[in-house]
Amino acid sequence: MAEATFLDTNELVLNMGPQHPSTHGVLRVILKLDGEKVLGTECVIGYLHRGVEKIAENRTYTMFNPYVDRMDYVAAVSNGLGYCLAAEKLGGIEVPERAQVVRVILTELNRISSHLLWLGTHALDIGAITPVFYCFREREEVLKIFEKYCGARLTTHAFRIGGLQYETYDTFEQDCLKFCDWFLPKVDEYEELLTTNRIWVARTKGVGILNIEDCKHYGVSGPVIRAAGLEWDLRKAQPYSGYEGYEFDIPTGQAGDTYDRYIVRMQEMRQSVRIIRQGVEKLPSGPIKGKVAKVFKPPIGEVYQSIEAPKGELGYFMVSDGSTQPYRLRVRPPSFVNLCALDRMCRGSLVADVVAIIGTIDIVLGEVDR
Amino acid sequence: MDEILNNPYLPPLIASILIILLFPLIAGYIVLLERKVLADLQVRLGPMRVGPYGFLQPLADAVKLLLKEDIIPAASDKWIFWGAPVLSTFTALTAFSVLPLSDKFYVADVNIGFLLVLAMSSIGILGLIFGGWSSNSKYSLLGSLRSAAQMVSYEVPLGFAAVTGLMVAGTLSMQGIVEAQRDQGIWFMFSNYGLMLVPAVLFMIAGVAETNRAPFDLPEAESELVAGFHTEYSGFRFALYFLAEYASIFVMCALWVTLFSGGWLRPFPNVAFLEIPLNYGFPALFFGVIGLGCLKGLRRRMPIEQLVIIGALAGAMFLVALLFVIPLVNPYIIGLFWFMLKVFLLVYVFIWFRGTFPRFRYDQLMRVGWIYLIPISMGALIVNGVVLLATS
Repeated sequence: MAEATFLDTNELVLNMGPQHPSTHGVLRVILKLDGEKVLGTECVIGYLHRGVEKIAENRTYTMFNPYVDRMDYVAAVSNGLGYCLAAEKLGGIEVPERAQVVRVILTELNRISSHLLWLGTHALDIGAITPVFYCFREREEVLKIFEKYCGARLTTHAFRIGGLQYETYDTFEQDCLKFCDWFLPKVDEYEELLTTNRIWVARTKGVGILNIEDCKHYGVSGPVIRAAGLEWDLRKAQPYSGYEGYEFDIPTGQAGDTYDRYIVRMQEMRQSVRIIRQGVEKLPSGPIKGKVAKVFKPPIGEVYQSIEAPKGELGYFMVSDGSTQPYRLRVRPPSFVNLCALDRMCRGSLVADVVAIIGTIDIVLGEVDR
Repeated sequence: MDEILNNPYLPPLIASILIILLFPLIAGYIVLLERKVLADLQVRLGPMRVGPYGFLQPLADAVKLLLKEDIIPAASDKWIFWGAPVLSTFTALTAFSVLPLSDKFYVADVNIGFLLVLAMSSIGILGLIFGGWSSNSKYSLLGSLRSAAQMVSYEVPLGFAAVTGLMVAGTLSMQGIVEAQRDQGIWFMFSNYGLMLVPAVLFMIAGVAETNRAPFDLPEAESELVAGFHTEYSGFRFALYFLAEYASIFVMCALWVTLFSGGWLRPFPNVAFLEIPLNYGFPALFFGVIGLGCLKGLRRRMPIEQLVIIGALAGAMFLVALLFVIPLVNPYIIGLFWFMLKVFLLVYVFIWFRGTFPRFRYDQLMRVGWIYLIPISMGALIVNGVVLLATS
């Protein structure tokens, strides 16, 4: 190694996190910098590791259900849906029509609330401090519906294996429709504030580009791959919970940059509203829970069930040995897989882009670490 | 006794003592204003706990910052770490000495007043650089590097825009600039057939960058660099930086007001028949309405001390409103009123920027500075010079 002289330039290693305002929890990113330019990144994860998959092996299927809410805690309903679907597939349980529709409505509401949280924090990372408060105002209304439905706001535990625990409350349909009517203008409001804002466009266009090949290579899913131009949505590709009966579009981008991901998510919120409206319209009457034995004991076998969570493909791989507890449960978390592409997206950009890119991947550390 | 009273240094001494005593309070209330305005933009209430509607929050903040443990990082360069915030605050407050708060109230009217303010704000950058460098922290280092680059590049368009204004004024003395606007009967912002609007806008943009405010707040970019150059600072030293930041905002707004919108002059300074409504009616109405607003804030079940504070505030406002209609007192305070009103309107705009815009990226900031602002400001200088020459 050459001797350092006075005018030598050295790489600067900057440790970002685990306590940092914009790493969305306890992500630690080690940045290798040349001035402000990023030469490489390295993620250190595990600060929120709770061993969720191992816990599953020591709990019955029913007991483990609330645990999945704690993975992606801003989209707890989606997590619960994926888990219940996997268990139902394993046990061969039919879910009644009404339960399926309610599930779809709640999951789409959850997608909106998750995207709102993403929008607020993403804008905050880029330096716009106001949208986060608007987003939380709207998110509050979603959480109120959850609270009225099942009593909890964040870790809802809304679904049970085989259907629903609770019948919907009296004004559930009206509340959902009222929210939809009230929410769409708000999305326009955010777009007014950001979409054409020159600084916002300058900060997001061409930042953190990830093209389709890279997306496939990394196994990235969700809005990130759709922003790259691939029309890949599990709700259409492998419909579950009756999604084949709903009309909605899959918004896609072209460039696969931060701006496109922003546009895609904004459009998705509008599409979610569409789905909720259709769901409320077709909400049938009938039972809310299928035939499930008091002690849920699926036959020996294994299943993989994945759903389109707000952040991407959320998959559950469940192995049953015929007992009341899963032999093995493996979760395919979208946040973790998408986070793997961080280095690819960050290389060559500036420090300020790193926080924008972390924000645009939309990670939740509870899900990354599990 | 007479000797003391007639001493020419007495009025400036009193003025400077008043400024040094009062300014921290004003800075505190600018912070409160910022928090309240931001809260209003963001559909929340802002500070509400200390005093009625959070009115005493700045005092609580000050006490908290003063009582905090004084931490100097072990790896820091202690003397520079100690001196940097002092330097920042010193330069920011020194700039106050030439601000023409009104035609009667100012510390000094030197013939290089404007230059002094610009020089002080340039030296103030050193406080940021030293602070970031001596902290021996990477975030601070990046923050101070950014501030060095940013301020150096934005001082150029700031200087050009200022030179354009000074060219029209024909003097560097701050009082002289205002008097020139009075003599020409027009705010410089609108002179030269409106061409001066360009440097006025440029000066404001560069001023926002120069004071490290959003959307140019890269040196302390919270979401990237934690707190930028003052990451390692806490307690009173942090308070000093804070004070310096708000002082320089005030100074920058005051500069703009002096140079482009008539300083302590009222709107339409030469239209005589507007004197009574604008100089007597408007301030009286202004403070009267504020007083009524205070009274409207009264709630039935308020603690007695809050009632007293609100009542006193409303009373004070009515008193001030009354002062403005007394012809004997009015000429002494009306200049201060207009000056402060304009400065605070501008401060409000600064806060509004912060609530609206995302932050620029480092390279974009440089591009805006060097590719747009500097050529435009140079062009504005030349065009205004030619027009001035042609019309004179």
